[in-house]
Amino acid sequence: MVKLTVNGVEREFDGDPQIPLLWYLRDILSLTGSKFGCGMGLCGCCTVHLDGTPARSCVTPLEGLEGKSVVTIEALSADGSHPLQAAWRENNTPQCGYCQPGQIMQAAGLLADKPSPSDEDIDSSMQGNICRCGTYQRIRASIHQAAKEMA
Amino acid sequence: MTHRTDTTTRIENVSRRNFLGTMLSAGAMILAVRCGVTEEAFDPKDIPAESAAFNPDVFLGIEPDGAVYIVAHRSEMGTGSKTSLPMIVADELGADWNKVVIQQAIGDPKYGDQNTDGSRSIRWFYSVMRETGATARMMLEQAAANRWGVPAAEVKTELHEVVHDGKRLGFGELVADAAKLDAPAKDALHFKDPSEYSYVGHEMPVDDLDDICTGAAVFGQDFQLDGMVYCSIEHAPALGGKVVSYDDKAALEQWGVEQTVELPAFTPPHVFQALGGVAVIANNTWSAFEGRKKLKIEWDLGANAAYNSDSYKRDLQKTARRKGKVVRDVGNVDREFRKGGKVLEAEYYVPHLAHAPMEPPAAVADYKDGKVTIWSCTQNPQAVQDAVSASLGIEKSDVTAHVTLLGGGFGRKSKPDYCCEAALLSRELGKPVKVAWSREDDIQFDYFHAVAALYLKARLGGDGKPTAWLQRSVFPPIGSTFAEGTTYAGAGEMGMGFSDVPFDIPNHRAENGPAPAHVRIGWMRSVANIYHAFAVHSFLDELAHAAGRDPAEYLLDVLGEDRHIDLTAQGVDYPNMGGPIEEYPLDTGRLRAVIERARDESGWGKRELPKGHALGIAAHRSFLTYVANVVEVAVDDAGTITIPRVDTVVDAGLTVHPERCRAQFEGAAVFGASLALMGEITATGGKIDQSNFHDYPVARIHQAPQQVNVYMIENDHPPAGIGEPGVPPFAPALTNAIFAATGKRIRELPLSKHSLA
Repeated sequence: MVKLTVNGVEREFDGDPQIPLLWYLRDILSLTGSKFGCGMGLCGCCTVHLDGTPARSCVTPLEGLEGKSVVTIEALSADGSHPLQAAWRENNTPQCGYCQPGQIMQAAGLLADKPSPSDEDIDSSMQGNICRCGTYQRIRASIHQAAKEMA
Repeated sequence: MTHRTDTTTRIENVSRRNFLGTMLSAGAMILAVRCGVTEEAFDPKDIPAESAAFNPDVFLGIEPDGAVYIVAHRSEMGTGSKTSLPMIVADELGADWNKVVIQQAIGDPKYGDQNTDGSRSIRWFYSVMRETGATARMMLEQAAANRWGVPAAEVKTELHEVVHDGKRLGFGELVADAAKLDAPAKDALHFKDPSEYSYVGHEMPVDDLDDICTGAAVFGQDFQLDGMVYCSIEHAPALGGKVVSYDDKAALEQWGVEQTVELPAFTPPHVFQALGGVAVIANNTWSAFEGRKKLKIEWDLGANAAYNSDSYKRDLQKTARRKGKVVRDVGNVDREFRKGGKVLEAEYYVPHLAHAPMEPPAAVADYKDGKVTIWSCTQNPQAVQDAVSASLGIEKSDVTAHVTLLGGGFGRKSKPDYCCEAALLSRELGKPVKVAWSREDDIQFDYFHAVAALYLKARLGGDGKPTAWLQRSVFPPIGSTFAEGTTYAGAGEMGMGFSDVPFDIPNHRAENGPAPAHVRIGWMRSVANIYHAFAVHSFLDELAHAAGRDPAEYLLDVLGEDRHIDLTAQGVDYPNMGGPIEEYPLDTGRLRAVIERARDESGWGKRELPKGHALGIAAHRSFLTYVANVVEVAVDDAGTITIPRVDTVVDAGLTVHPERCRAQFEGAAVFGASLALMGEITATGGKIDQSNFHDYPVARIHQAPQQVNVYMIENDHPPAGIGEPGVPPFAPALTNAIFAATGKRIRELPLSKHSLA
């Protein structure tokens, strides 16, 4: 039995504790905002916050999460109004949109760490998140914009 | 490839038919549009007159409360077409965008072409959308005019109201009357002046933007049904391999695994059939993946187990050194080469590539009583109907194909093999099934972009310009996926930057050599343009340097006088991407204009560049769109490449959503950077060597071009392609820049195979 909190709700899981958090979220809790892209922690589509820090949920087994708090894109803000979400919308950042929840969650972790990041900080923090559509320059602009908004 | 035509498009008022069970109420005004826009020869008499009544999907419905429903019949994979096409309807109608609801269509031949690739959503359907909006507007105008007793020509629509001399009636108030009118005839339609448009040509948020940013958007991998099981399939390592026997004891011991099912191997030609293999069924995706790892399968790998991409490469190169099938022949290159003088030869090579959309393919199928419903991230729901009906031996009309959002497509998701797998398994198991491909499945069992070897030879005249140009292209053709044993390219592939090279050279020959396929070959974003543009525009840059000329000025010089090139008169079988040549001529003047603008915007020859930086240029017409790229590269002492800036100039004719167009070209530079810098698929013993993003890398934020400036040329030429034409000129512009920076000529991609230190 693993007990953890997901988006503020206490949860218990008594299946195979080796199951990665991503699949627990997607297939068992039906929280599909965190995406599957690689299963190896290589692309960042599955990024969630684990006790406030970005983590790749596809390579995070549930067994290590006893007592931890997980926040997914669905609960980054109550109504989609996080400054990053607002900046993402304002810049029409997404194309297909599949990687963007992971991008936003990773960027939220960056801004928590570095409220006013440089281009280099952004490239360094965001390079684990692939966007195959190639929206990187708008991601960079949106992070700068959200940082200003939050300052 | 047949030319597209929309002469058979019919718009009908079907309001009085029974649409219960749809999103539309009994009181709605409803227009059905049967599109004659299709790739195939098409007779309107073949459409059952009552098809809309039997299949309750329509293009446009207006409710008594004023809500306007517009059907999006193309798939949304990031280009924004789900928003752009309805924008055209809404503008012609005079609708308030806030009262527009976009409804994703299922697959149905009545919509005409739904295969969302070939960069053709706008260029094929711009007119249809305008006509649909104008038809509804004129009916509302007529209804209001009748009520007011004034001529219909005196009323017009404004922001969801019909207005006349201070009088106003909302669309909703007019629906009941308008629904009783006949739709105006096509030749009676009149259209708004583009200056009256509020949406077309303006910046508009895409339909799913809010849902994407909050995680609520539903992609194929996300779709769930009650009682659904999750399946993952172990495919034969080599194409055409078969299961001899398998042991699933350990797999069945995996937590969550329920059972295994063997799927039979396909019978060639492959087309879009399920590959076959062993499926593991579980109550969650991860358990299905884990169970697969524990299968013990004995395979008969079949004939393609002999496929090794290293030796295959040498075979392609040998073929490219021999005379091939002539696809274009102007003047007499042989006689010209015999004159001797300054003759240059070069060989180029581009490996297989995988599409690698961020979302691996996925489909949910629910088979009941001889019918099946599919939900999938497909670029082509009609192909889902065709392929699944063939797989199950049921009628096409018994396959309902829903379209989710697509997490990227790039051509991969036009091929619905994964939908066939889900349908077969749902029938076998008697319950809803999701088939989720892993990243490894996606990369190893792709419909690969063809590997290509190219040979080019030119003779330079006294003025440095080529007097003779010979080009050969050899690659396994897409036709091999559809007809076993096909080794020569189709006219469509030749027409992608090879038979249509627009240079003014008096002696010019293009040849194609044969190449057998040993993996599934498919179309990937920009298709054959990728290797053709790389070779042709690299070679032209080589000639410029050999002639001691500035590459940009040389490019303009070799392009020659502004003219329309008549390839048909030269004996070339040239489908022009389905664009009628009178509407979409091969116009060197438009190519010249984008080159000159890119030269000027980029500061070519004028901008001060830091040490190790240089510019490269390439310009290419594809998907009927003219694109010039200037790429700035920086190569440091360690040989590390960065791309500080790209200037892209685009002439795509009329653009509906210029901001989404710019986004496509920003993304195309990144897609181009991925394939140029690091893209390579190889095979050993018939098995693909790469499997995930560690060994099939794509450009990340620090590797992608840092700044892409896109300039859309505004004109009123007919709309042309947007999604693909940005990719082809990127790689040669980059490698031409690398030559300018380092003196090293890159003739083989990707760059990761070369040291620039």
